[in-house]
Amino acid sequence: MLRRTFVGAAAAMLALSGSALAQETLKVGLILPMTGPFASTGRQIEAAAKLYMQQKGDTVAGKKIQLIVKDDTGVADVTKRLAQELIVNDKISVMAGFGLTPLALAPAPLATQAKVPQVVMAAATATITEASPFIVRTSFTLPQATVPMAEWAAQNGIKKVVTLVSDYGPGIDAEKAFTGAFAGKGGQVENLRVPLANPDFSPFLQKVTDAKPDALFVFVPSGIGAQFMKQFVERGLDKSGVKLIGPGDVTDDDILNGMGDVALGAITTQHYSAAHDSPENKAFVEAFKRANPNMRPNFMAVGGYDGMHLIYEGLKKTNGQGGQALIDAMKGMSWTSPRGPISIDPQTRDIVQNIYVRKVERVNGELYNVEFATIANVKDPVKAAKSN
Amino acid sequence: MLSNTADSVRASLNRRGRWKIGEIAFWLVAASTLFLLPERHLILNEIAIIGLFALSLDLILGYAGIVSLGHAAFFGLGAYAAGILARDGFADPLLGLGVAAIAAAVLGFVTSFLVLRGSDLTKLMVTLGVALVLGEIANQASWLTGGADGLQGIAMGPILGLFEFDIFGTTAYTYSLVVTFLLFVVARRIVVSPYGLSLRSIRDNALRARAVGIPVNRRLVAIYTLSAAYAGVAGALLAQTTQFVSLDVLAFHRSADVMLVLVIGGVGYLYGGLIGAIIFKVLQDVISAWTPQYWQFWIGLILVLIVLAGRERLTERVRALWPRSRGRTVDRPQPLTTTPAREV
Repeated sequence: MLRRTFVGAAAAMLALSGSALAQETLKVGLILPMTGPFASTGRQIEAAAKLYMQQKGDTVAGKKIQLIVKDDTGVADVTKRLAQELIVNDKISVMAGFGLTPLALAPAPLATQAKVPQVVMAAATATITEASPFIVRTSFTLPQATVPMAEWAAQNGIKKVVTLVSDYGPGIDAEKAFTGAFAGKGGQVENLRVPLANPDFSPFLQKVTDAKPDALFVFVPSGIGAQFMKQFVERGLDKSGVKLIGPGDVTDDDILNGMGDVALGAITTQHYSAAHDSPENKAFVEAFKRANPNMRPNFMAVGGYDGMHLIYEGLKKTNGQGGQALIDAMKGMSWTSPRGPISIDPQTRDIVQNIYVRKVERVNGELYNVEFATIANVKDPVKAAKSN
Repeated sequence: MLSNTADSVRASLNRRGRWKIGEIAFWLVAASTLFLLPERHLILNEIAIIGLFALSLDLILGYAGIVSLGHAAFFGLGAYAAGILARDGFADPLLGLGVAAIAAAVLGFVTSFLVLRGSDLTKLMVTLGVALVLGEIANQASWLTGGADGLQGIAMGPILGLFEFDIFGTTAYTYSLVVTFLLFVVARRIVVSPYGLSLRSIRDNALRARAVGIPVNRRLVAIYTLSAAYAGVAGALLAQTTQFVSLDVLAFHRSADVMLVLVIGGVGYLYGGLIGAIIFKVLQDVISAWTPQYWQFWIGLILVLIVLAGRERLTERVRALWPRSRGRTVDRPQPLTTTPAREV
């Protein structure tokens, strides 16, 4: 009896202190895969988000921002539970992160139900922003990065392409976007899909060898590129004259340098390269490396960095108010990110950004994706096609 | 002499069948968390579900000696059955539970004939294989399951038409706890029945059990099917309370985790799965909140220590602190010789 009274009193006190604190603290729940096969995504985003807070301070509109990092281990039902706990117990104003498409889709109904904006910093399937009116994205969509690749390939004498993608939302998006755009230009395409979890590329690469295409189009999620490259070399494809092309995930900055010379010459299209030539990016890369030795920021990091920027600026505009006001404030926002000029499309809440065509080269002894052409202000082609 | 043995067996089973104070206290504490820990209902819900899943594995591993590394096959099938049913407009949760249980039981019954061949190693491989096959089917049949993106658009109706699922997870936890408790009571009844006794004799020596006239294969098929149904219900609970199903429900680590949970809590001990689930999830929650990057290191270390220290020794310590209970366990003459750690 005594104990129960005590527990009750303690709970009441906790609840009181919680509500008192809530007035001064705005909580941002960052849900990421920090362990498991997609841990590199989580580490990059967490590092970038912390860097942003370190640079800009943790006070916005007179309120303290508290970042709560949770590890969802890359498992969707855990993501959903964590999001629910953060909303119910921690009373977060914004949830952010979401390393993979299923992980972003699982908590989407909660965002709608609780009116908590969900900032997607990584997952890249085109349809994600349609899952809830409270989702806004600062990463990219696969079709956005892929359609320019198809156009570049068609213009540069590539006639026959085999596509090899991971068999899940973004991979299928990339395959469809590339096949549609490339076939539209008169090219010939053959499609292959590999399982998302624990992929073994060798049987698929054998098929590629047999098909003798001009180029191999590859999409694998961030972090899996190194495995792919290893098997690409083991099969001798690097010496067969097959060009390696694709959206930039395969030559991810985080692991590119470890791939070695085999990656040289790979042509990719994407929205961010650590070698992007702008003062904003130089400052970002330098600060990131200083804060995280042995790490190079990749497109995940820039998604996290811009996501935090969006949250900060949105909260400034609403004076610390969350919910519908915050998501409205985020719509249409534009700024210069380390990746170049970007904006949030007010209709789709998806990102509009430049896509760069890059080639892997050795710069100062390290491998980088060096940009050599720019396609300005690309919207997500899937949603653009729907609205037309 | 014969009737004496039968009598003493009956007496012993009766004695074991009686609810002990500790057990009643366990369930009272579980029920009290509904009121005392309103902020933790989401994770408690998950604990109840994993506890039920571990209980289902215990039925075959602890009581019948069937090793399995593919128990997630039934869990996942149940989850998908309930999820798909709800997506296609049959939103009643209890209907979903029933369908999931039947689907998993059918799969369990069919695969039991594969599993009951060969040695333990063969069983491990066959169960593992069944789970892998099912996982790949779910991955490929994306028109039905949503593939690697997960099953979207599950909308559950209220339980019994009365209780809506809420965002705090209170309904979900109550629902899972009640289902787990009811199934626990059934499992408890089964293991203290003569049928449960025959299972244990099969586990300890299948050859001798056959020699005394126990239909070994039929008994094993029955318990395997029942265990599959339990796992299916656990999967359905997860699908219904999170309103989301991903390929992960069929993944190998589910089968491995549930084995781990059972080993922590104690094999061949009905509360083992439940206690293991509590220890495992609470540790995971606390440590991963403390260090999201390196929690797996600490949890690994703690698990090794728990297993090294031995559950039996840990529970003995606890009993030693409680003299009355110790007196009872030590003084009572044992009419039946059993392996001491493997009680109800």
